[in-house]
Amino acid sequence: MNAAQVFDKVVWSTCNVNCGSRCPLRLFVKEGKVVRVEPDNTGEEPGGPHEIRACLRGRGLRRWVYSKERLLHPLKRVGKRGEGHFERISWNRALDTIAAQLSRILEQYGNEAVFRIYGTGNLGGVVSSRDQLDRLMNLLGGRLDLHNSYSTAQITHAMLYTYGAKQTGNNISDLVNSKLAVLFGNNPAETRMSGGGTIRDLVVAKQKNGLRIIVIDPRHTDTAAGFADEWIPIRPGADAALVGGLAHVLITEGLVDQDFLNSHCLGYDQGTMPADIPPGNSYKDYILGDGPDRISKTPAWAAGITGIPARRITQLAREIGTAKPAYISQGWGPQRHAAGEQSARAICMLPILTGNLGVPGGNSGDREGPFGIAFPGIPVGENPVKTSIPCFMWTKAIDDPDNLTALNSGLLGKERLETPIKFIWSFASNTLINQHSDINRTKDILSDEKKCEMIVAIDNMMTASGRFADILLPATSSFEESDLCYQSYGMELGALILRQKAIEPLGECRTLFDICAQVAERMGVAEEFTEGRSNDQWVEHMYHQCRRVKPELPEDYRDAVKTGLFKWARPGEPYVGLRKFRDDPVRHPLKTPSGKIEIFSPRLWHMAQTWELPAGDVITALPEYHSTWGDPDVSQATPYPLQCVGHHYKQRTHSSYANNPWLEEAAPQMVWINPLDARQRGISHGDRVRIFNQFGHTLVRAKVTPRIMPGVLSLPQGAWHHAGPDGVDQNGCINVLTSQRPSPVAKGNPQHTNLVQAEKAGEEQ
Amino acid sequence: MLKRPAFFLDAQICTGCKTCMIACKDKNNLPMGVRWRRVVEFAGGDWVRLEDGTFSQNVFAYYISVSCNHCRDPICVQACPSTAMYQDGHGIVTVDPQKCLGCRYCEWACPYSAPQFDQALGQMTKCDFCREELEQGGLPTCVAACPTRALQFGEYDQLEQAVRHGFGLLMAPLPPPVLTEPNFILAPHRDAKSEQTRTGAICNPEEVKDA
Repeated sequence: MNAAQVFDKVVWSTCNVNCGSRCPLRLFVKEGKVVRVEPDNTGEEPGGPHEIRACLRGRGLRRWVYSKERLLHPLKRVGKRGEGHFERISWNRALDTIAAQLSRILEQYGNEAVFRIYGTGNLGGVVSSRDQLDRLMNLLGGRLDLHNSYSTAQITHAMLYTYGAKQTGNNISDLVNSKLAVLFGNNPAETRMSGGGTIRDLVVAKQKNGLRIIVIDPRHTDTAAGFADEWIPIRPGADAALVGGLAHVLITEGLVDQDFLNSHCLGYDQGTMPADIPPGNSYKDYILGDGPDRISKTPAWAAGITGIPARRITQLAREIGTAKPAYISQGWGPQRHAAGEQSARAICMLPILTGNLGVPGGNSGDREGPFGIAFPGIPVGENPVKTSIPCFMWTKAIDDPDNLTALNSGLLGKERLETPIKFIWSFASNTLINQHSDINRTKDILSDEKKCEMIVAIDNMMTASGRFADILLPATSSFEESDLCYQSYGMELGALILRQKAIEPLGECRTLFDICAQVAERMGVAEEFTEGRSNDQWVEHMYHQCRRVKPELPEDYRDAVKTGLFKWARPGEPYVGLRKFRDDPVRHPLKTPSGKIEIFSPRLWHMAQTWELPAGDVITALPEYHSTWGDPDVSQATPYPLQCVGHHYKQRTHSSYANNPWLEEAAPQMVWINPLDARQRGISHGDRVRIFNQFGHTLVRAKVTPRIMPGVLSLPQGAWHHAGPDGVDQNGCINVLTSQRPSPVAKGNPQHTNLVQAEKAGEEQ
Repeated sequence: MLKRPAFFLDAQICTGCKTCMIACKDKNNLPMGVRWRRVVEFAGGDWVRLEDGTFSQNVFAYYISVSCNHCRDPICVQACPSTAMYQDGHGIVTVDPQKCLGCRYCEWACPYSAPQFDQALGQMTKCDFCREELEQGGLPTCVAACPTRALQFGEYDQLEQAVRHGFGLLMAPLPPPVLTEPNFILAPHRDAKSEQTRTGAICNPEEVKDA
């Protein structure tokens, strides 16, 4: 059927979701419709850049863009907010309404009342970026800022306190120089699965080197299935306890690099402690039972917490202590927990104790580092508002702003929030409902129209979040607008992709730039916003900015478009994080206050004494293990005995593309449950089950598999929330089960820390 | 054009991502329920709770991406009562829509579930190895799609020589190759079980069986 198919044109395009890759696509267009989606086919030679082969999500794009759920016209809410009733209105009426409400709220409450909520559903486009909203608001006097991300809040803080830098990892391709890799909750086969990204680099390194790989994870991930020589299942949230047990063996068996600890680190033992701290507070004291808790962190102690036999912990410590060099890294799963900062810092202790960082084949304990080319984004200007909330704290900023402070919620720029959020811009974001914790509580907060007074959503689809908009605007998809895209953070090569508009916008869809420009016009800043350029002129303008970085790019934009895809291989040897510091810590100190690796963090010591924490939360100067509100209480009968994590699933990227039926067919939404737990509950594979706790209930089919640890469920995150008439989610959306209680230091989302129960549910009526 | 094209899967690096499956659906405009290429998840192992509350286990899992294997001895061709199913000079097995009655005998006969029934057409449809791509010197769409480069294709004889154990070592849950002599070569996963194994089971029946 295909040989006879005549295509009118083939254009370069891109997949723009938040997986860490940025894959080029070739769209085959016939009679104004995309009829086929093909990958990068530019070939690959040894030493040159490789093909960036899109994964199933990008390859299924055609079925998604032409979905029945596409938003095609501007909509205005009728009835109460969140009921999901809308009427079609004209663009003019929609834009006039937005401008009028924005003007009123700016005048009545000031700029801190306006918030552009976190969202990554359309990421990596330059002109189509959410930056346009920030640029617009900055021209209007600013907006309440946000910091952190839903992906990396806890680990980022952990790295800053430990190393004084956000990113310290070696490239994954540096595994060619390693003897052993230990991956804590690091699963590139599912989180970075593009054929241009981390998984492809891992394959190549493993094939070249044949090194031993150990995966430590509650779930037997596809990375474990494909690449691990051994899988060590661990109870969620227990990584710091495992590290305690490993450290005990390393210290007592003389496997630590004492010279490195003396010269590069603060707080390993009494000899390297800051002067003003009382004795008994070093890391060695903590591990050997000489610290305040008097508990020796033996493998037997760690076994009880982690579920890993003590003997295996001892063996693993000896493996780590004798493999030189060893690549110890973590993904972002271990840190997305109630005490995720502790887990992230603790994992770094393994390379620190063994001197395995700053060297080829080693790693700092951080996630693998990227390589990319620093192409420019659009100029967003400066935000005159200096107040910033952790991105996870926005519900509190609506509901309880008077109690949102620097010392209890990580507010920056002010001691206390003075203005509640009254206006939300939500672009390509499903954070309003689907991806934020505790959906039922969020719904209650947003349903009160006196609190947040105006919600404007701009999106491709009618999502659970879109249903809570007051004005809902239909945005063009990547098929319908030209843009330029660069390589992303989960890749090790430079790329520039000139995406061309393949088809006319569906319905009345408009680009984000046009929407912002039309609001800017009504707010009196049209000229400042557009600088006299149209959407496509901005694309061309930004291309020429890229030529300043890579002058070899064609001078004429039209010539460049014909090529469409430009790639640059990572030059030289794989990047080694912290290398200069390792080689000469005096000349190249870290950006920590001491200039050293802060095993003991004086900043956290101070925070522990000044920050206000709820009972049960702790901040400690050392990377310690502490039990949290998310650990099952085994001493008594508990209504919610199972831990539930939410792994990233190949069916979608976060919640993006989740409504693509092709992807649902290939990878249906199911909760992973161990046969031991399933048998106890009379649950068979494929049964409909109810997962519930004090926050909510969800219905989903069971995947009964030995690939998940007993006592643990994994419900893949990002499934679209669909509440039935009784309010119960029908689609396995994990965020009806997650908590809005933030982590102690970063005030980040602890969305893998959940206690639940599971039971067999009846079939649908 | 190859004399006898065969698929090759390095099961050691197949991560079960299913990009091959979606690329095939896109290229061939396949409706829901019709999967010319499927990815089987085979997993097993037992858990033991030890006295101290810790666990020991021997869990394994691997994936096998399977389409039509364009068998040398295609049982679907034998089973077809209307001669719609036929094999060309390169061994590629195709269904002729002019002749297919939609009786589904080929589907029942095939041990790989390769022929797939299209409800709307009332006929069988199946993988044709992207024949016109091969004729033009291109790659099958599924092969060009593979992010880890686990799925490849080539001349049968060369592929067989390249794999140490040859195709005699097929993996569970695939049927014994002697049945149909598939043009499908596997580099086995390190945990590969033999086709007679009693350890493990297909762990994703809902993803590979007809809806």
